[in-house]
Amino acid sequence: MSRTVTIEPVTRIEGHARITLQLGESGEVEDAKFHLTQFRGFEKFCEGRPYREMPALTARTCGICPVSHLLASNKACDHLLSVSIPPTGEKLRRIMNLAQLTQSHALSFFHLSSPDLLLGWDADPSVRNIFGVMRQEPALAKDGIRLRQIGQTIIETLGGKKIHPTWVVPGGVSEALTREKRDAMLGLIPEGLEIAKRTYAFFKTLVPRFTDEANHFGSQPTLFLSLVTPRGNLEHYDGFLRIKDAQGRIVEDMVPPIEYERLVGEAVEDFSYMKFPYYKPHGYPGGIYRVGPLARLNNAEACGTPYADVALAEFRMLQETGPITSSFHYHYARLVEIIYALEMMDRLLRDPGILDARVRARARSNRYEGIGVAEAPRGTLMHHYRIDDEGLINWVNLIIATGHNNLAMNQSIRQVADAYVDGNHLQEGMLNRVEAVIRCFDPCLSCASHAFGQMPLSIELRDAAGRIVDTLRRG
Amino acid sequence: MPPPANQPNIRVVTLNIDGQDLSAREDETIIEVCRENQIPIPSLCYLEGLSVWGACRLCLVELAGQNRLLAACSTRVAEGMRIQTNTERLQRYRRTIVELLFAERNHVCSVCVSNGHCELQWLAQRCGVDHVRVPYRQASYQVDSSHEMFRLDHDRCVLCTRCVRVCDEIEGAHTWDVMGRGSDCRVITDMAQPWGDSETCTSCGKCVQVCPTGALVKQGTSVGEMVKDQHFLPILARRRHTI
Ligand code: SF4
Ligand code: SF4
Ligand code: FES
Repeated sequence: MSRTVTIEPVTRIEGHARITLQLGESGEVEDAKFHLTQFRGFEKFCEGRPYREMPALTARTCGICPVSHLLASNKACDHLLSVSIPPTGEKLRRIMNLAQLTQSHALSFFHLSSPDLLLGWDADPSVRNIFGVMRQEPALAKDGIRLRQIGQTIIETLGGKKIHPTWVVPGGVSEALTREKRDAMLGLIPEGLEIAKRTYAFFKTLVPRFTDEANHFGSQPTLFLSLVTPRGNLEHYDGFLRIKDAQGRIVEDMVPPIEYERLVGEAVEDFSYMKFPYYKPHGYPGGIYRVGPLARLNNAEACGTPYADVALAEFRMLQETGPITSSFHYHYARLVEIIYALEMMDRLLRDPGILDARVRARARSNRYEGIGVAEAPRGTLMHHYRIDDEGLINWVNLIIATGHNNLAMNQSIRQVADAYVDGNHLQEGMLNRVEAVIRCFDPCLSCASHAFGQMPLSIELRDAAGRIVDTLRRG
Repeated sequence: MPPPANQPNIRVVTLNIDGQDLSAREDETIIEVCRENQIPIPSLCYLEGLSVWGACRLCLVELAGQNRLLAACSTRVAEGMRIQTNTERLQRYRRTIVELLFAERNHVCSVCVSNGHCELQWLAQRCGVDHVRVPYRQASYQVDSSHEMFRLDHDRCVLCTRCVRVCDEIEGAHTWDVMGRGSDCRVITDMAQPWGDSETCTSCGKCVQVCPTGALVKQGTSVGEMVKDQHFLPILARRRHTI
């Protein structure tokens, strides 16, 4: 008899998710699916609205990475205006993006993942959380809180608001930076960098303990997609798209982001509200790829900042050759990126032109289609709008990081389930590892489910003979 | 209304508002006397310099000896009046009116260009609206973005008709009108043509400045950037009346 094990909800992921494991006759896992039950329909309700509302509208798809949506959206609007924004405006936007990266990665690593890493997957769930970490490793927990605070303070200093700043506007930013604010932000960086280095050094000592997890956490080969600078280095705000394969061969390079549709197709599956992007030339579902910290570091020749480049070299040594394949190393990559973000913010804030008053280009819409691509903490974020003559939106497509990773997440869950879940023994540890593999990707599900209209969610589970053994309906 | 320049034989009356004994000219309205004496009364359709409309009912006050409530903007003072401006009953009514305004159209303040500079938001704060107790209508409304310089978003319109009056009375263009009844009611330009095609609109921007919400705004503004300036209005209004 087939049995279905449903883990619900996956705790400590933003938004809601459900995983279903299909068990076969002999109790082995036959299929694993990561479902999305939350619907937010953003693409639909943006229609008819002035394009200038899009940054604020889309920033509300997520309370965790609003800055990323703000940037991608404003970049799409810049494209609609057909302006190139003043260099200082661009640098200021970059700083905000890096501050966002810092706070988001800190949240992911310290608050969401460190309980598993430090206390073990098999620890009692009542202690396997940030409070448990506080008891066992108070210094680390404190570091995490402080690092997140530093990122948020920088966002707040720039944008006036932590969660939904409106300072980034089409054409640049609305206000130049003052000397006082610049100095205040610069003052925070050394402490942040100390914390980042300390945590990184500590985490390196932990990594060997997780060889087993590293081998089973989404270690199948996939492509990697990310932005890179024109020189092929780490990039989070602009640049070009690059795709590497699992052997480290560059299959696409220096593709202007506005040509993303040449690379990325989007498939639809009826078990999920989330779309399934894939690399077009490889077809669906063969064109599976990953985005985010792991992909960015795999794709980059270098970070371009001193300490992060050392860390990047060490990151590359996690595996003998080729790009790092295990999704477990997303955690590692996040720590490298935090170091990079802090070093880069320091550099940008010291830029002699950073206090320039010209930070905004003014224009009205000069084309019908705008595309904005930026790297969110979780991966490449794409905003694509079409407007009418009057500047009102008539079509929107958003591809978010969690969407890009959708195929890879499903594949990874299956892989972990194969290795850890034995139908006869359902210990907390097994289930937790399935959850934990998803947490490697750090999906932000509330914003990953923006794709469809009023489809009610209905899931059917069938046994080997095709009989429905369970049905779930929602909406 | 601004007083005509040399009006003969205006008498002075005495009245009591919220326990204060006050004197006022007999041609003044209750809201004018309150404003002169720093007695706060919420209002929306009323705007100094424009004719009185009396439609929003936010300025309702209680008159001693009478159960019917009076709109302070459209009621003249009279000798011996005893007026209450802020009773529990009035607060309840005002709060309900503001809630109904929010429920009628789609006010999404967080993405609105007027966020933080909006009279409807201020009213909501003043009247203690922390949530809306009636269901939102969620009807869909169009945006008219056809004008070179300005934009009309019916979603944010509260039908105060300030735009209609300023355009007619101050600018003299009479581009704006009100069309339809009940929930179909909306402001229109010319004969319900796109604003950008209007032959009467002089693009003076007065309607945008007097609009209390994010319904009429300048093109090119982003969220929270639309700040209105209404200082011109009393000055222009006075000039018109002295010519
Ligand atoms: S007009 Fe005022 S109340 Fe309406 S959405 Fe805009 S800010 Fe909010
Ligand atoms: S557009 Fe503005 S001024 Fe005109 S009626 Fe609507 S809210 Fe009032
Ligand atoms: S202000 Fe008196 S009715 Fe509107």
